[in-house]
Amino acid sequence: MQAVVVGAGVVGSLIARELTKYNVNVTLIEKEEDAGWGVTKANSAVIHGGYDDPPETIRGRFAAKGNQMYTELSKELGFDLKRIGSYVLAFNETDRPYLEELLEKAEKNGVPGCEIHDRNLILQKNPNINKEVIAGFWCPTAGITEPWMVAISAVENAVLNGMDFRPGEKVLEVITDGKNGRKSVSGVKTDKGLYPCDILVNAAGLFADEIAEMAGADCPKLHPRKGEYILLDKKLGKIVTNILFPVPSAVSKGILVLPTVDGGILLGPTAWDMERDQKQDTSTTSEGLAEVKAKTTEMVENLDFSATVKIFAGLRPESPQKDFTIGSTNIYGFINAAAMRSPGLTAAPAIAKHIVEEVLIKELAFDINTRDDFDPILPPYPTLSEDDPEVWAEMVKKNSDFGKVVCVCNKITEAQIIEAIKRGARTVDGVKFRTRASFGRCQGGFCLPRITEIISRELNIPMNKVKFRSGNTELLSGKVRK
Amino acid sequence: MREINLDALVIGGGAAGMAAAVELTKNGCKTILIERDGNTGGVLNQCIHNGFGLHVFKEELTGPEYADRYRKIIKNELIDVHSQQFVLEVNPQKREVITVGTEGLTCYKPTVLIMTTGARERPFSNLRIPGSRPAGIYTAGVAQKFVNLQNYLPGEKAFVLGSGDIGLIMARRLTLEGMKVLGVAELMPFSGGLARNISQCLDDYDIPLYLSTSVVKVKGKERLESIILMDFTPDTLQPIPGTEREIKCDTLILSVGLLPQNELIESFVDIDPVNRGVIVDSHQQTTHPWIFAAGNNVAVYDLVDFVTLEGIHAGKSAAEKIKNGFNEVEKINVTRGENVGAITPLQCCLDDKEFKFYIRPRKNIKKGRLLIGDGIVNKIEMGLKPSEMIDITITAKHKANIREIGLNNLKVEIQEVE
Repeated sequence: MQAVVVGAGVVGSLIARELTKYNVNVTLIEKEEDAGWGVTKANSAVIHGGYDDPPETIRGRFAAKGNQMYTELSKELGFDLKRIGSYVLAFNETDRPYLEELLEKAEKNGVPGCEIHDRNLILQKNPNINKEVIAGFWCPTAGITEPWMVAISAVENAVLNGMDFRPGEKVLEVITDGKNGRKSVSGVKTDKGLYPCDILVNAAGLFADEIAEMAGADCPKLHPRKGEYILLDKKLGKIVTNILFPVPSAVSKGILVLPTVDGGILLGPTAWDMERDQKQDTSTTSEGLAEVKAKTTEMVENLDFSATVKIFAGLRPESPQKDFTIGSTNIYGFINAAAMRSPGLTAAPAIAKHIVEEVLIKELAFDINTRDDFDPILPPYPTLSEDDPEVWAEMVKKNSDFGKVVCVCNKITEAQIIEAIKRGARTVDGVKFRTRASFGRCQGGFCLPRITEIISRELNIPMNKVKFRSGNTELLSGKVRK
Repeated sequence: MREINLDALVIGGGAAGMAAAVELTKNGCKTILIERDGNTGGVLNQCIHNGFGLHVFKEELTGPEYADRYRKIIKNELIDVHSQQFVLEVNPQKREVITVGTEGLTCYKPTVLIMTTGARERPFSNLRIPGSRPAGIYTAGVAQKFVNLQNYLPGEKAFVLGSGDIGLIMARRLTLEGMKVLGVAELMPFSGGLARNISQCLDDYDIPLYLSTSVVKVKGKERLESIILMDFTPDTLQPIPGTEREIKCDTLILSVGLLPQNELIESFVDIDPVNRGVIVDSHQQTTHPWIFAAGNNVAVYDLVDFVTLEGIHAGKSAAEKIKNGFNEVEKINVTRGENVGAITPLQCCLDDKEFKFYIRPRKNIKKGRLLIGDGIVNKIEMGLKPSEMIDITITAKHKANIREIGLNNLKVEIQEVE
């Protein structure tokens, strides 16, 4: 049995890994140079509680379940997950009924431990919240992660279990035939090769509607919704301890203030609907950034924007029905995992399991069985901390490259960068997202030339062929002198 | 863990650190200089242009030559340099410094710690300029390292944002290496770099300098394709509508300021919000008595020569503390008056020891009167600019005056004179 998954975002990567647990040959095709670089890369990085999606929606069916699955998944794949809990904050008496509504929905969706907290308790935990707060809806199971690491580690684990990963390949055509008297998927053609298949999972993010169109499969039209963010330096990291939402608007969950897993503070996102031809437009705007600044300073005091480390924008796919499109289509073997708007990251593990167990095996009766040699564990990335110098010393004894600090802001060593390249990083961003090197306050001011040099050496390519990320993003144009 | 007891540990092997280590050793203190890079010299190693050393060596040297002079002194004085040592922790309670290097961990236990950790460049994202984030945007220091040390060019057509000295130097450097440099934009109505650099790096190569101008947007999905410039009001620094213009370029070089680096100690010493550096007294001692500091982590200086002189000063003061013990000296605070920006030191010890003030004017002043401490210093200075620090020595005689009048703070101001 041959399966092709299109799109190595968090959804596609987890589906591909799930399929690798079975006697299926899996190929994962990704147009970017790495996993997790589309919608997955730039969102709030929140594993939502799953309390606010209406129970009758697909989102409601999968969010809470997905949230629960993250604990085991993070243990298996070694990515960071911190269940720091979330608040939806009410600043007006008129917002109080909304909190009560959430409590009811949380119960229906099976979200444990939710409560309404009063002002004092909220301010005790987060003294910088605007003092006009009156109450908050507390969800203890909400957490934060690095979404790209969920995708990257799932891919790396699947590759160790035999999956074929094809980054930097663009799907040009989906081939169908009429075997067994029905229109069925039979292969995928990319700019680099042809992949015959019996199953095609369409997890192409913003482009899922275009992939479906290639096959003539059903899929709602998708448009991008832009979310702009501001990331503040670690030195402000203690300013809030929980994920903070305002009472939401009709279009989004509102603009959040939350800690990141590596200690920074993330502010955002905006929710601006864009045209269908703007699926690549991840530019930030002065209006968007101003909105983030205005809304977050209403909710939290003492945000110091001079400590800005990064500004960025992400795009999330939105469909007319404002819900996920998951499951079989009019083309046999063509499965959608599309329109993964919020809370797509949260729901992804549950969707991966559903697609294999419920859709492929039960509904479509594909004859596939679990393997007994699947190893769910990805050896963790080596991490070092100044809080534990003895461990660091041990690592240096084994490999002296652990004694060479390359990224001074986040204290990332040459050994960790080499490990990232061995595991699949081919670009500066590939190294950055795996190791957090140059993620810190100097944004590569010290380490960019060093990282470029290490990539050039390890991949045995000239310096001027080292790329920043996908496409024509070479950092250097050529030699000064021969 | 290797443990080392010593008189003085100097962290950071750039100009200030090398000078401090030499001075300490000359004064008989057991000193180690630690450096995170493989070699001492710091940023001097990549500054291959000349213009260094006029004050210290009385001749014009390139950065690597200047660093080399000091390396030779270090060698002759048999100073211990521990290179490729990265500091994990500075512990003020235990008075220990823990580092990691290729041979493992080291715990240094110095009587005195001298911080000479320099500055870093303000990154692009800190400016919050909207637009895409394509390849081709580099700080001047990164571009300089690519070109001068790694032998690679960043692109073909460059624009420079910010008129700091390193940006001006790189405009010339990239032009000499065959790139087209289209211009330099400066948000302020005056240049951030030295007059000699404007003339030798821009004017000589017909590179235009646009004052009161900045980049408001960058464009390009993969590689940088263009930037949008706008004019700004000189007083309120607001963009002037209708002045947008697009410039096609594949490289944007940033020279938008240096930030003193004090991450290792900022939780237990005082930092000055204007200098953005660690506060020192006229002995270069920080607000934690164990720690001295000198160089760009105190305030960003114009010339490496000044940094060296401050390093020597710190080394000398620290050596004296090591020899004579930490006697409390009475100090008064230095306060900023009119037209004074960055200034160091920020505390004046009321002993007889000479020291130098370094003062950055806030704006261009044709003729100004520098007043320190109710006229203890009263001096006319011509052609003052924010890009050029005033350095002025406070002598034993000045200090005697301060004590005599009984000043409880030392106000420094620059009055405009008609």
